[in-house]
Amino acid sequence: MVEYKDMLIGGRTDKPGSAEGFKTGDWRSFVPVVDMDKCIDCLTCWVYCPDDSIIIKDDKMAGIKLSHCKGCGICASVCPKKAIAMVED
Amino acid sequence: MSPKDMAINGDSAVAFAWKQIDPDVCAAYPITPQTIIVERFSDYVADGEVHTEFVCVESEHSALTVCTASQSAGARTFTATASQGLAYMWEMLPITSAMRTPLIMAVANRAVSGPININNDHGDVMAARDCGWISLFSENVQEAYDMSIIAPRIAEHWDVQLPCLVNLDGFILTHAIERISPLETHTVKEFVGEYKARYPLLDHRNPVSHGLMDGPDFYYQHKYQLVEAMAKAAQVAEEVFKEFAEISGREYHSVERYLCDDAEYIAIVLGSSFGTAKAAVDKLRAEGVKAGCAMPRVYRPFPEKMLAELMKGKKGVAVMDKHLSIGAYGPLYPEMIAAALDLEVIPGMYNYIYGLGGVDVTVDHIKSIFEDMVEGRSEKVNFLGVKL
Repeated sequence: MVEYKDMLIGGRTDKPGSAEGFKTGDWRSFVPVVDMDKCIDCLTCWVYCPDDSIIIKDDKMAGIKLSHCKGCGICASVCPKKAIAMVED
Repeated sequence: MSPKDMAINGDSAVAFAWKQIDPDVCAAYPITPQTIIVERFSDYVADGEVHTEFVCVESEHSALTVCTASQSAGARTFTATASQGLAYMWEMLPITSAMRTPLIMAVANRAVSGPININNDHGDVMAARDCGWISLFSENVQEAYDMSIIAPRIAEHWDVQLPCLVNLDGFILTHAIERISPLETHTVKEFVGEYKARYPLLDHRNPVSHGLMDGPDFYYQHKYQLVEAMAKAAQVAEEVFKEFAEISGREYHSVERYLCDDAEYIAIVLGSSFGTAKAAVDKLRAEGVKAGCAMPRVYRPFPEKMLAELMKGKKGVAVMDKHLSIGAYGPLYPEMIAAALDLEVIPGMYNYIYGLGGVDVTVDHIKSIFEDMVEGRSEKVNFLGVKL
């Protein structure tokens, strides 16, 4: 834990991307499971994901990063190929 | 009397002080008895006498939001409100202090509804006391002017960085014309100095994020930073008062005392009633009663050590509150008792609730408080002037 003397005053930060360290994946009750055979790499899920949970490699859908996935199911609902299923976690 | 002396009401005196300071931004919404402050100040803006950006907002909530944001951006910012306006700002008050934005707000102290009442008491500012703002009180129009000039120096100190309330009693000071000796504008400007913001949002070479979310671990630690900043503000206030005395000849202290040293009975009072209390003390002294009175000019940070020292060896202390936490006490009373715990012998401590909703409190009323204490008639909590 950072000590109060080492923190900037006023709840400010000069380090971008600090929300990355605040893991919210354990809020989830449903987890998205991808059927890669059905996926056409349209990346609609990446566009719609309200967090940062769709992994992209070489412009292709490469799975789901669960550290910040809250299981909202938006990716599953927007997938045009029904390639993502929401399964109880 | 200097030829520069002015006959001016409290609101106009505060506006005049801010004209001399010439802040970067003012966002405000009119509310009685504060209205004259922003009316006069908007005249200065319209007439080009200040360079201030005046933001007309649709509510007090927006006023304080704009002010907090502009001060975060790095602009010296001023606003003013009263009563329901301060109540409407309440959601923003702890945010302003938590974001360490040292803006200054004049509060024309007025009763909070209901019943609807536009007259003076301290219900508005006492509801804001837990919000992390420095809070200064004035006895008269001269002090309201002087505190307006002193406030930014305390608030903007590099190690303080807290917002500050400058209280003046509604109507009693805001609308009463008194004679004041203003400082020369260049003297005010030199004293207040140029605003140097700490981590301003517009410093693109050193980018920072403001107003972030905290988990429990960070939240508590950020609050503790405020505790340290307030402790620093207590020291800084004394230093700034000394510097101000050098330029003005007017001496201020965190706790103002009147004939307290040899007094057996003292009254503690905030705001304009301090003057009434002094007159009562004079009458009592003439009658042989060893009376004194004091005002915590700096109400936040609470000057508890100075107040404890003040109460040492007294037979009775009347703590006068122009507000009431219904079902408990006036807000100053338990704090004075907490301060008195540092003493080996705790004096008799009595709470006098007075002047709610503008009930007039005269010299004779305050005299009667001392007579109650001397005669042993004081209850723990007393309601001065209520017709029973």
